Formats: sequence, C-alpha cells, structure tokens
Amino acid sequence: MHSEDESVTFPALQGNRWPACRGIRYLLNTLYLRENTLLMQLINVEQLCRYYGDQCAVDHVSFTLEKGEILGFLGPNGAGKSSTMQMITGNLAPTSGQILINGIDILDQPREAKRALGYLPEIPPVYRELTVDEYLDYSARLHEVSPSHVKKSRDQAKERCGLSEVGERLIGNLSKGYQQRVGIAQAILHSPAVIILDEPTVGLDPLQIREIRALIRDLGREHAIILSTHILPEVQESCTRVQIIHKGRLVLNDSIEGLTQQMRASSLVLQTRSPIETRDLTDVPGVHTLELLEATRCRVYHDKTVNPAEQLAERVVSRGWGLIELTPERRSMEEIFIDITQHTTTTSEEMTS
Amino acid sequence: MMSLVIAGRELRTLFLSPLAWSILGVIQVILAYMFLAQLEYYSMMQARIAGMEDAPGITDMLVAPLFGNAGVILMLVTPLLTMRLISEERRNKTLSFLFTAPVSMTGIVLGKYLGVFGFMLIMVGMIVLMPLSLLAGGGLDMGKLAACTLALVLLLGSFSALGLYLSALADQPTVAAVATFGALLLLWIIDWLGSAAGQAVASWSTCPCCAIMKVCSRGWFRPPIWPISCCSLPPSWY
Repeated sequence: MHSEDESVTFPALQGNRWPACRGIRYLLNTLYLRENTLLMQLINVEQLCRYYGDQCAVDHVSFTLEKGEILGFLGPNGAGKSSTMQMITGNLAPTSGQILINGIDILDQPREAKRALGYLPEIPPVYRELTVDEYLDYSARLHEVSPSHVKKSRDQAKERCGLSEVGERLIGNLSKGYQQRVGIAQAILHSPAVIILDEPTVGLDPLQIREIRALIRDLGREHAIILSTHILPEVQESCTRVQIIHKGRLVLNDSIEGLTQQMRASSLVLQTRSPIETRDLTDVPGVHTLELLEATRCRVYHDKTVNPAEQLAERVVSRGWGLIELTPERRSMEEIFIDITQHTTTTSEEMTS
Repeated sequence: MMSLVIAGRELRTLFLSPLAWSILGVIQVILAYMFLAQLEYYSMMQARIAGMEDAPGITDMLVAPLFGNAGVILMLVTPLLTMRLISEERRNKTLSFLFTAPVSMTGIVLGKYLGVFGFMLIMVGMIVLMPLSLLAGGGLDMGKLAACTLALVLLLGSFSALGLYLSALADQPTVAAVATFGALLLLWIIDWLGSAAGQAVASWSTCPCCAIMKVCSRGWFRPPIWPISCCSLPPSWY
C-alpha cells in the first residue's frame, strides 16, 4: 500500500519541481554572468587617496584593468607611483578609496584578495642568507601553492626568469641584476591573476632587459600587469595602456594606440634642390601653413586626419624643384611626457571641465 | 598553517647564521660550569644536610638553582635573538614580501613568535639534559624538574613576546635589542628589589622572574645564587 503511494506521488512531484529548477538555473546563470564580467576586471581602483600628514601623495586616482592588459605607469620621481602600487598590493593603507582585486575588496578581505597578487617592490624583497631555491620554495608555500606543485612552479619560474643555473647559490652573492630576476620570479611563481612590478628592469643589462620585456609581454596574455618605469621606450614596447601620474593625480590614461595617435605630429619637412615657392603649395588639400626654414627647406603644417605627403610630392615634382627629402615629424614620447607633466595645472583644469 | 611556514623559515634562518650556534654553545658552557660548581658544593654539604630534619633533596639543591641561573642568563641573551625578527625585515624591505602574501598580520606575528619560541625550546631541551644526566648516578624528583622546566619555558615565552613586540616597533635591530634588554632588566630589578626589601615592594614583584622562583623554590628554599650573586658566587662558596 505504502509503495503504491510512493509510485504515484513521486513522478507528480518531479513534474511540479521543473519550473522551480529552471528558476534556480536561471538565477545561477545570471549570477555566473555577473561574476564573469566582474572577473574580467582584475583591478578596479576607485577614488584612491593617500595623505602623508598634510601632503597628498595620491589624489583621487581611479582606473580599471582587465585580463590581458599591460598597464605602464609613468611619472616623475615622487609622483605617487610607488604609493599607488603599495596600496593596490595591500602594503599601505589608503586614506580613502576602494581597491578591488579580482572583484574582492583588499581592505575587507585582504587574504582572499592577496591570493591573486604578485608584487615586486622597488627593492627586491629577497633574503640574502637563503639560496635561490630555498627562497622560491618559501615564497611558493607562503602563497599557498600545494606541496606537490612547489617544485614544478619553482622550476618554471626559474626557467622563465633565466635563473636555472643559479638555483644553488646564495642570493646575497648574486649580482644586482640576478637579485632583480629573483624578485620577478617570486612575483610570478604562483601564477597570480594580477602582477605588479615596480621598476622591474632597473639594474639589468640590455640583454636582460630585452628578455624581461619579452617575459612581460608573454605574461600579459594571461594576466593583468601593472608596470612602473622611468624608461619611456619600455612602455611603448611592452605595454598596451599608459597612465601618467603627476603630483598624485592621473593626468593621462590612454591606450598605446591613442598615445601613438598623439605622437603622430601634424607637420612634414620638405627639402628640394631649387628654392621653394610657398605660394604654389598652400592650395594642396590638408595643408594649413608653410614655414620656410631655408630657401630650399620648409616645414608644412597640416590636418591630423589628412596626410598631404603624396600630393606635395606630386606638386614638387611637377614644378621641377627636385625633391630631396619629405619626412613626417613625430613627437617623441618624451616630449608628450614633459608636455603633460609640466602643464599639469592646465591639463587638470581641462580634465575637470 | 602559514604561521608554521614562517616559523620554520625563521628557525632555519637562525641556524644559518653563527649567532644561534654560538648562543647555544656559550650558554651551555656557562650553565655547565655553574651546574658543576653547584654539584661540588652539594657533595661538600651532603654530610651536613644528611643530619638535618626535612633536608632539601638533590633536586632542590641542584636543579632549582640551575634553572634560576638559566633564567637570568637567558634574559641577557633573548634580546639578541628577538631583535631582528621584524625590524630587520623592515630595514631590508623584505616585509612587503610577507605583506603581499595571503597571510594575516596575526599569522605573521604568530609565525615569528613560534620561530623564536622553537629556538627557546631547543635551548631549554639542552639545559634539561644536565639535570637528567644525574639519573645515571641516582634519582631525581621528576615532578619538580618538570615544574622547573615549565617555569623556564613560560619565562622564555614571555621574554620572546616582549622582544618581538619591541622589534616590531623599532626600525633598527640594535634599537630593538637595547629596548628589550632595558625592559627585561627593569622587570628583574623590580623583582630583585622586592626580594631584597622583604615584603615591602612585594606587590611589585609580580614579574615573571619572580614567578619562576616561586615555582622552583616551593616558597621556603631560596637558592643562594639568585640575583646578582650569580656571577660572584663560585668563589664565595668555598
């Protein structure tokens, strides 16, 4: 009698449960999607401030960084680069503001947030009395790499940073460049989602610098990287985004393409064998003004969007002046950097307006 | 869990430097000398004590003074061990390595403490071997020995905690060492004044040095070597 009852009620119950199941699945899906978009943003910094006494080192800095991005952090000495990085890695308490690492607030849940972090400070935090292997093992265990994977991840990090041959040596006996590499190795060892490197190429020789840049580009595919540096070509070479910080304020936040756009200047230099008649060139489409440098040499200012080089060349050839040189002038990154950092007041006014 | 990783490294680093080995060696030599002197004194006194009613046993005569001495000597040595715990990391900028790792502040401090406490335990283990060697020729009051050991362990635990705290405050290891030494010395002086002035300052002498003595001496037997006489004692005995 009892079993009969069961056989009747059970399918009925199952039928009733269906909509509920779908509801739950829908809910889970939306949650998952929400989580996913949050996960894409590996770093989310909002209105970050830090005061040292009365002095403001970091002033309302906000930015986000997604997976696969390499952010170059530029700025003159004392601009607040290191302070910002220390705050993101939980080494310095912000005066105000919020920092989310992988969607987790580093101030509320520091341990969970720090699991996703790898950090190389300005001075590599190495214990001079340990060997490279001992140090990296310690680092792996501290970052909760499971005991069975410690050796594997240590060897991998050593290989990536070119340390395979110095594993048995004391860190204190290594050169500055190798100590720097050990510092990088400890930052990437546990394969964190976010890697933060404060001047990673300081003290390295040119060959090592090239290796480290390649490594950074390689890592950038699967992680989000913040990189601070004084060396401008480094940013151009290895980063996908640039931020310039000056006096604690973010004065530029652009992709590397945007920056290249800014660098593309709006002038050409033209040199010919016989003297130039400037009147003949003013009607070339896109040309604004002409500045005669010498009798046979002039600078042509033009629209950023239109490049009149081809028409200019045709015109010069058709006049029979003998074209010797036609070069686009580029603003170097240094010039942009100096421009921005020296005119911060105007830039920040523009930003606020 | 992470604390144990930090403690393990701390302990290993201690033994990588000659400091730990020399401290262990020097302490063992000094205490062994004092122990042997005390043994000599005991064998001299044995006949006289035998006639006494309720005579102190070998444990009271030998073990309690040994542990009392160890307490004083380790008070001088603890600052050397605890001074570099955190201040050196701060000085060498390696502290950010710990701050970036997924370890809480409590975990870091606990790890450092357990590391230095582990070293203290090794030291106590070496000291306990001396009274245990008496078992070869006779019996010991094991309960009393255990009480003395526990007292020394607790004493060293509190020394380490004080040293670690001051190391966390100081920027330089030497400053931490001087501060720790000063603080421990002050506690000891309070204890000494308390015992010298009878019960007048007794309410002050609640410091750890005093506690270990009470445990060791069962209240009625005050070892002759306690406080300052420990250095000048051997000649004055004979």
